Amino acid sequence: MTAGRSLALPFSWQRAVPLMLAAPLLLFMLAFYAVPVATMLMRSVSDPSWTLSHYAALSDDTVFLKVFWNTLNTSLIVTAGSLLLGYPVALALVRAPKWAPLILVLILLPFWTSVLVRSYAWMVLMGRHGLINEALLAAGLLDQPLRILNTPLATQIAMVHILLPYMILPIANALRQIDPSLGRAASGLGATPFKTFRQVTLPLSMPGVAAGVLLVFVLALGFYITPAMVGGPREITLSMLIAQQVDQLNWAYAATLSAVLLATALALIAACYRLPGVSTAFRMSAR
Amino acid sequence: MSLARLLPASVVGLILLFLVFPIVVVVVVSFSSATYLTFPPPAFGLRWYEAYFTSADWLRPTWLSIWVAAAVVVLSTLLGTIAALGIARLPKAMRILASGLILSPLIVPGIVVAIGIYYAFARYGLVGSPAGLIFAHTCLAVPFVVTSVSASLAGIDPRLEQAALSLGATPSGTFFQVTLPLIRPGILVGALFAFISSFDELVVALFISGSGAVTLPRRMWDDLRFAIDPTIAAVSTLTIVLTAALLGAAHLLRRRTERMRTV
Repeated sequence: MTAGRSLALPFSWQRAVPLMLAAPLLLFMLAFYAVPVATMLMRSVSDPSWTLSHYAALSDDTVFLKVFWNTLNTSLIVTAGSLLLGYPVALALVRAPKWAPLILVLILLPFWTSVLVRSYAWMVLMGRHGLINEALLAAGLLDQPLRILNTPLATQIAMVHILLPYMILPIANALRQIDPSLGRAASGLGATPFKTFRQVTLPLSMPGVAAGVLLVFVLALGFYITPAMVGGPREITLSMLIAQQVDQLNWAYAATLSAVLLATALALIAACYRLPGVSTAFRMSAR
Repeated sequence: MSLARLLPASVVGLILLFLVFPIVVVVVVSFSSATYLTFPPPAFGLRWYEAYFTSADWLRPTWLSIWVAAAVVVLSTLLGTIAALGIARLPKAMRILASGLILSPLIVPGIVVAIGIYYAFARYGLVGSPAGLIFAHTCLAVPFVVTSVSASLAGIDPRLEQAALSLGATPSGTFFQVTLPLIRPGILVGALFAFISSFDELVVALFISGSGAVTLPRRMWDDLRFAIDPTIAAVSTLTIVLTAALLGAAHLLRRRTERMRTV
């Protein structure tokens, strides 16, 4: 062994060190997370013996089809709502630097509040004697309280509220990366502010929009607490159906539904991850 | 011109109001003097805070949540920081595989994680015990630690470590005197997020806390099924203040280190 090498560990040892550092965490996560989830999912193909019948049965399982459709529909509405409300805020966050700190605080404060507390807040607001009903009654716009709590609309409003930051932050990131001289060039060449927005800003912010849409849709698919608290008793989501089946110890069915939910989420991410800019925006916005 | 500016500004203002208003309502209701939930409150008082602070039924789950979260911080920060150091030096294919496993709890739907853990933990005898909660919450908290520490590591100028080594520092001396001080803010931010993620976690706790390890979110959930009395508003306000303080600190810490790096 030469003098220069004597400081370093033997070659093969040095290569093993990174893996040895990562190993404790990887083994921990395998034992307490990955293997548990995988063994549970296996129940969908191994109960009572090796079979795909649980999946085959889904195609004419009316309860599943209704719930799955409701879940997709809710996610779609929530994503559209978040985009509609999120884009203007993202634009303001980037274009009004003077107000940016205040806007950021107003976005982050609810973002950091737990989903349970925010869902509870909506229960307080939307209840039969909640603030919304009392205000509408006092204004004489209603004769009797409106039923808002425990309807699909309640779920949609509360979910938009909870997921909105996940839409705003990636769009703001994309907008921030647009070279401001492009906008100046467009208006210098005679474009109206609206035309500059439509032909320059909007197309260049699309990676952020795509990342936000993907993030919100995928997160919305798995929502459980909010629909269970403020949603309708009939319009349940896939997560709620899964929880119900576990309560009834219907593990094979619960595992099959879980696999469908997980596969849907992963397929969407895999399909969109290659779009330009999505992976960067996605990573940057993982809080 | 003024209308063209006023209109977008008021639209954005309304959307921001939509974001903050529910939080404000919870805080205001918590100071209500009424025995039932009503807004605006007829008068203000601290009776719901008194109800919370004098009830063992609320304080016991609060302490459990705090110490479970503290244990999660220790475990996830230790495992996550050491793993982040290793992952940065792994060959690319292994790095993708390892970070895929570690970050996956951010994407896998909460209910799937929760029932998987419930299914296995029932066999390990970990349902209804704080240990089960600690192990499960650590897996969910680790992604925050690893992303935060990895980002700090990526920002270190490798010449600093090389300089220390060439000046005769041992590898461990280099780590403790150069690398660790540089990534300390990243570790701290990760630890704060880990604490909050465990303290606020509900879906897994619903399945595995049983009757022996009822956490604060689980206690709130159980209470909401029967009544929405303003005690929950008081508890919510306290958790809002706690999370805002901790995460605000994490945010400032991260901003400051980002600025230091660009200098």
